Amino acid sequence: MNPDIIKERQNATFDVEKLTYVLDGGLEKTKRRREIESMVFSDPDFEEEDPNFLSRSERYDQAVRKSAQMILKLREYGIADPEEIYCYKTCVNPDRPGPLDLHLAMFLPTLLNQATQEQMDRFFMPTWNLEIIGTYAQTEMGHGTHLRGLETTATYDPATQEFVLNSPTISSIKWWPGGLGKTSNHAIVLAQLYTQGNCHGLHAFIVPIRDMSTHVPLPGIVVGDIGPKFGFNEVDNGFLKLENVRIPRENMLMKYAKVEPDGTYVKPPSAKLTYGTMVFIRSLIVGESARALSKSCTIAIRYSSVRHQSEIRPGEPEPQILDYQTQQYKLFPLLATAYAFSFVGQYMKETYHRISGDINDGDFSELPELHALSAGLKAFTTWTTNSGIEVCRMSCGGHGYSRSSALPDIYVEFTPTCTYEGENTVMMLQTARHLVKSYRQAKAGQQLSGIVSYLNEAKQHRVQPQPVAARPTVVDINDLASLVEVYKQRAAILVELAAKSIQQEIQNRKSQEDAWNNSSIDLVRASDAHCHYVVVKLFTDKLGEIGDIAIHSVLSTLALLYALHGITTNSGDFLQAGLLNVPQVHQVSVRIKELLSQLRPNAVALVDAFDHHDKKLNSVLGRYDGNVYEHMFEWARRSPLNATEVHESFHKYLKPLRSKL
Amino acid sequence: MNPDIIKERQNATFDVEKLTYVLDGGLEKTKRRREIESMVFSDPDFEEEDPNFLSRSERYDQAVRKSAQMILKLREYGIADPEEIYCYKTMVQGNHHEAMGLHFVMFLPTLYSQCDPQQSKKWLPLAKSFQAVGTYAQTEMGHGTHLRGLETTATYDPATQEFVLNSPTISSIKWWPGGLGKTSNHAIVLAQLYTQGNCHGLHAFIVPIRDMSTHVPLPGIVVGDIGPKFGFNEVDNGFLKLENVRIPRENMLMKYAKVEPDGTYVKPPSAKLTYGTMVFIRSLIVGESARALSKSCTIAIRYSSVRHQSEIRPGEPEPQILDYQTQQYKLFPLLATAYAFSFVGQYMKETYHRISGDINDGDFSELPELHALSAGLKAFTTWTTNSGIEVCRMSCGGHGYSRSSALPDIYVEFTPTCTYEGENTVMMLQTARHLVKSYRQAKAGQQLSGIVSYLNEAKQHRVQPQPVAARPTVVDINDLASLVEVYKQRAAILVELAAKSIQQEIQNRKSQEDAWNNSSIDLVRASDAHCHYVVVKLFTDKLGEIGDIAIHSVLSTLALLYALHGITTNSGDFLQAGLLNVPQVHQVSVRIKELLSQLRPNAVALVDAFDHHDKKLNSVLGRYDGNVYEHMFEWARRSPLNATEVHESFHKYLKPLRSKL
Repeated sequence: MNPDIIKERQNATFDVEKLTYVLDGGLEKTKRRREIESMVFSDPDFEEEDPNFLSRSERYDQAVRKSAQMILKLREYGIADPEEIYCYKTCVNPDRPGPLDLHLAMFLPTLLNQATQEQMDRFFMPTWNLEIIGTYAQTEMGHGTHLRGLETTATYDPATQEFVLNSPTISSIKWWPGGLGKTSNHAIVLAQLYTQGNCHGLHAFIVPIRDMSTHVPLPGIVVGDIGPKFGFNEVDNGFLKLENVRIPRENMLMKYAKVEPDGTYVKPPSAKLTYGTMVFIRSLIVGESARALSKSCTIAIRYSSVRHQSEIRPGEPEPQILDYQTQQYKLFPLLATAYAFSFVGQYMKETYHRISGDINDGDFSELPELHALSAGLKAFTTWTTNSGIEVCRMSCGGHGYSRSSALPDIYVEFTPTCTYEGENTVMMLQTARHLVKSYRQAKAGQQLSGIVSYLNEAKQHRVQPQPVAARPTVVDINDLASLVEVYKQRAAILVELAAKSIQQEIQNRKSQEDAWNNSSIDLVRASDAHCHYVVVKLFTDKLGEIGDIAIHSVLSTLALLYALHGITTNSGDFLQAGLLNVPQVHQVSVRIKELLSQLRPNAVALVDAFDHHDKKLNSVLGRYDGNVYEHMFEWARRSPLNATEVHESFHKYLKPLRSKL
Repeated sequence: MNPDIIKERQNATFDVEKLTYVLDGGLEKTKRRREIESMVFSDPDFEEEDPNFLSRSERYDQAVRKSAQMILKLREYGIADPEEIYCYKTMVQGNHHEAMGLHFVMFLPTLYSQCDPQQSKKWLPLAKSFQAVGTYAQTEMGHGTHLRGLETTATYDPATQEFVLNSPTISSIKWWPGGLGKTSNHAIVLAQLYTQGNCHGLHAFIVPIRDMSTHVPLPGIVVGDIGPKFGFNEVDNGFLKLENVRIPRENMLMKYAKVEPDGTYVKPPSAKLTYGTMVFIRSLIVGESARALSKSCTIAIRYSSVRHQSEIRPGEPEPQILDYQTQQYKLFPLLATAYAFSFVGQYMKETYHRISGDINDGDFSELPELHALSAGLKAFTTWTTNSGIEVCRMSCGGHGYSRSSALPDIYVEFTPTCTYEGENTVMMLQTARHLVKSYRQAKAGQQLSGIVSYLNEAKQHRVQPQPVAARPTVVDINDLASLVEVYKQRAAILVELAAKSIQQEIQNRKSQEDAWNNSSIDLVRASDAHCHYVVVKLFTDKLGEIGDIAIHSVLSTLALLYALHGITTNSGDFLQAGLLNVPQVHQVSVRIKELLSQLRPNAVALVDAFDHHDKKLNSVLGRYDGNVYEHMFEWARRSPLNATEVHESFHKYLKPLRSKL
């Protein structure tokens, strides 16, 4: 154990283990998580070569092997609880999505939700036993966000009682679905349904794409891998071109909408059901943000405690780089953010479970708000985390750039969350739509409830920003409740500003839609402020649940840092709205420095509490024991370029060069 | 040619070709650049497989082949001007770096500048004929920024007249030098010189590391590749462990410092000479920032003009995504930044050449300011570009994540600039040191000249921020000269704030050094504001040189957008300092929206003017002809995972799995 890191742990003012329970949601959950972890990490079947040393094809191969193993083991051990499966999976493939993910996360659930009983009888067992391996093919090369724009067609032919599927253009080729390229033999294909000469919009069809025994693509199917990406090397994201592919009528998922044998189209009863899954996945992503950021902070903070560089005082030994104020300023606000997002993730999960009970009982009343919240928070947390990971990486100097640090991997595997499951800007605008709608309702005298209830006060606000000095300011920058209030007012004012911008555009004879587009910068800003408020509020609320005094104290410091740092980076908003005055903003910067010093002794303990197992972090810089350099050297020696002492290129190009010059 | 992009080009209000001349520095330079480009791009010897389809070892192999070819061609065509070599090189390597880069950039120049006449005679012919392929080994595993902390030792043994080199610890292993792992047979090693029992600090030694004929590592040398990184796959960044390696006394570079045969150490006359190279490289990096950002903007803006998605007005066809205000707000400020940095890069190059004339004449007077400026601007431009590339990538939706977009490559090849040649935070603090020193000189009554002369007005400022309403505000937000002034005042106030923070700490009985560390957040902020001012000023100055009215007009719009966008994102600073009032900040946001609309018709033409050849961009999204989708499909089909129709993992893992379930 590195002596620096031992000393760091001795300096902690709280019981790390107890904070881990808070993060996991209780002692029992921590215990069970660790059980599962040790099952995976002690299992020789899951041993692997570092993927960074492998070619793309080898990486894919290794991932398929491990996914297959995992399915066997889950059945063997009878692990069936979705959360436990998720936990097992993240240990098997730390940070790396696998080729069978969409089979489990989309193909199977879609069958369960949208197949009729007859269809279940035909498809479920083969799917469960992986004779059918499936994926979910929605996105096309030319179409992502806008579902109505998808071009793939499924035309019903009553003569043969079949659907004929086609990709009529290049841009209509299915593109991106995970596992589509090489792994799957079936795909649920989303296509525009044509029957009796009419288009009925998007519907889902089960399309066999590869022979179930030889795995060779079927006639009319052009399928393959879309090529290397930033990350996701283990996943065969694929393309699928359909050329007059005929499938039986019964392969349309017909639990809701139907096509009769004669071609008559029967409408689905309601559209609200698919809504829930999206909300669920976006809520999960909030938790993913917390995990990715907490891993990155763990690596950067542990490494900063064992790395010595330069000098603060001449003549003295080189200090730990964590002693530099600039380093603390990079990392501690992110550490606070990782805690904030962890608690927001918990809240989203709990809320989803609570509401999904209501939904099953047919009560959709809370869904719109959760939908709006999950969209905005998905964008807010992934954007923050995305740039935060890179700050952590760059705070590790050159070594952060080495794949051995794991930070490049964490980044490339995380960054797609900003785009998939709802592009972030689109998400922010969705939330904004809900906010503006609520604002208008409040203006019209309706009494709002839930998180947007602060818009009830809309009438009191003035839209024209006020000279700062004119407003009375009663904010206590050391009081979290007071800060929650100030974030709330900022959100209210920015929602109002956006709404007024739309109104202004309409007064300038713009159409409703153009007015919306011309105000979208303000709308995104309003959503961002709303989400920021929610995060500060939920972090503050969480403190109320913490009984342990030492833990309460350190979490309060983190919450305060989170709130004040947000004020500093958005000080213009607070000044512009007259919510804080100039001396207060200055006090905030001074206070932040104090908080950094205050957190310094607890920094390593705070990342230890996330309890990311070394095998899960897979980072030489983030090792629990702090023994960075020896392991970096050992890792480097295994680099494939070191397999031979003299690379062949010397004989091929460099030696001949001399004689030619 | 894609019809959308044809229309975009027809809408341009200026002559693209003429703007290209402005960017290149004149018609002649554009012509010559294009000549070199067509030499490279029409040369079948430089044809290559997309590196994204190759393994690491194959990528390295291909890069060495191309480097060797390039050396032959440069000789053949008699290209010797450094700028032309640089241009040729960037064409050959595209978005990637090369294994032999350090031979040219560091090994040869160091030999030129630090060999005594006898050493020149021996080593220059060897290096120029590639008998000796070399690199520059300074950074160690445990030591980067702080040169005095380096641990490698070179101990003089008068008995044999040799130096004995050692890596005494793991952390002292040389780590990172490009080309060290597999390519080089010599390294210039920086080591602490010990002779006659005394340490004389860091000196440079030529160390043979591989046999010049067999390329096998020499006795006592442990050398290899440091393993995969985020990018730089073509480069064998290496490690070097020295175990009692003996080299003749004459292998110490002795133009300045010397060790006599009996071991007597002779001091170098002055330390200022190495200074110049650093300034030069950092100035070059400013230009690299402009290039990386302009490439990214070219890709994102061209793609945004051919990509259609969603709807602004219901019922109408899907609009080009460049019509969304949020998309413009992401990309146009970055486009303006790319122009700003291009002009700053030009300025730095010119200034360096002007000053280096003085330096050769022994006049070092302007060096400190250029040194401070190059440090800060290196950090300012690389940080901005680093996050800007990612904004461009994410603005392309999912396809930005594909390696076919080139954006992942541009990012991973660029991001090390934030760390190498001076870690960015360290750079900002270096600039801050110059600013605080200048501020104190001004306070002490000295009259400053040059860029920091604005600190002469320091006496008039008050450190305590003023209530905003109290200050008279005469800023015209549409007048660039007025905006330059306001940026200047912001810088002056933030420098003063940082200086006062140090003073405050000292009054609280902190040592000078602790006071510095405890104020470093403020110091970085001051440097950032200083650099921002310089960039706004240089962009504005550049406009004065533009004769063409149409070009002057569009560049003025860009400059205004650059300046106003910087105000919006830092509005807190301007409000806090009382430089702008609340209504003005609001006007700035409104004005920005107008500027976005104003730039919209010229957006594609403005990226065309950067004149990045398709072969240089190597991006299916950024193609000049806009034919994105067909080429993406074609590219994907070449993916190595598509080499076989059925991947072996199916037979190995998936098929057997069925029987087990």
